[in-house]
Amino acid sequence: MAQTQERTFMAAIGDEDSITGLLLAGIGHIDSHQKKNFLVVDAKTPLSAVEDAFQEFCKRKDIAIILINQHIAEEIRTLIDEHDQAFPTILEIPSKDHPYDPEKDSVLKRVRRLFGE
Amino acid sequence: MSGANNRLAVFPTRMTLSVMKQKLKGAQTGHSLLKRKSEALTKRFRDIVRKIDDAKRLMGKVMQVASFSLAEVTYITGDIGYQVQESVKNAQFRVRAKQENVSGVMLPAFESYQEGTNANELTGLGRGGQQVQKCKETYIKAVETLVELASLQTAFVILDEVIKLTNRRVNAIEHIIIPRYENTIKHIISELDEQDREEFFRLKKVQGKKKEAAARDTLERESRQAAEVAAAKAAGSNGEAVAAAVADPTQALEAPSDILGGEDEDVIF
Repeated sequence: MAQTQERTFMAAIGDEDSITGLLLAGIGHIDSHQKKNFLVVDAKTPLSAVEDAFQEFCKRKDIAIILINQHIAEEIRTLIDEHDQAFPTILEIPSKDHPYDPEKDSVLKRVRRLFGE
Repeated sequence: MSGANNRLAVFPTRMTLSVMKQKLKGAQTGHSLLKRKSEALTKRFRDIVRKIDDAKRLMGKVMQVASFSLAEVTYITGDIGYQVQESVKNAQFRVRAKQENVSGVMLPAFESYQEGTNANELTGLGRGGQQVQKCKETYIKAVETLVELASLQTAFVILDEVIKLTNRRVNAIEHIIIPRYENTIKHIISELDEQDREEFFRLKKVQGKKKEAAARDTLERESRQAAEVAAAKAAGSNGEAVAAAVADPTQALEAPSDILGGEDEDVIF
């Protein structure tokens, strides 16, 4: 119970437009260690940086939800599939350039597997 | 796994038997309770799965609208991405988790709330401020949808786990624990029956021995009495002594066999 009470932030990994929109909504936070809770991924961002950011968000105790663009989630799919904890929740969101494809979503895949479709 | 030899190592006594019967009853009650719990959870689970499916589709649309409004902002104001990223200080949009109890399982439900001041108040001050605010509203709505979806997803993951656990327990009780208790009870009953039979047989044996001993005693007593009678007669009349002595031994021999036959039936049953 206490564990879930402390998780008040949302984290985001995505392209510039998605992040801008989410920050406009006010989810952005910079803590006392100057750590951001979002990561802008563009064509130049190395995959390792995305992986590191994702793992760091997973480890942080104050993040309840991780929002990640689906096309970026595709690239670190193994990491996302490995994540089986309830917290933080990983949510794949569509981006401007990549429409949402429910077939690729980790959770929806599990749903389909459970119902044997 | 649930073979005939699968039973608890207990000493077969009547007390253990009653304890085992109680345990079996408890296991059966627990089994039916867990089964009902699992059914309730599965029902809930299916609801959530349906909601997730709908919410994911809704999210696609909502995010599309939000992206479009951001495109409007970019068209009017120019690129505000850098400015927005730099003005981030404290999160205004936060979530808190509430707990919901479904058959003893705590399911978190996220709830969003606003805290602190708007960090982007001055964004687009020169041009398109209204569009920026509109875009902000749109995105807040979008993120609220996302939060809702996230709580459904968390509930999905937790329920999935709990249902698996419950089903595992139900199956363990049904296929391992209950058969084990049943086997143990069967074993104890058969052992107790065996003990009963042994005891009965032992009693019969003892009784037989006692009877033999009693018969031997009577036989000895009779022959002794016969001998005494014969001696008394011999002492009483000398004249008849010869004739009596000839007749008596036959009497003494016949009488015991008669007595033995007569008493035998009485003694045995």
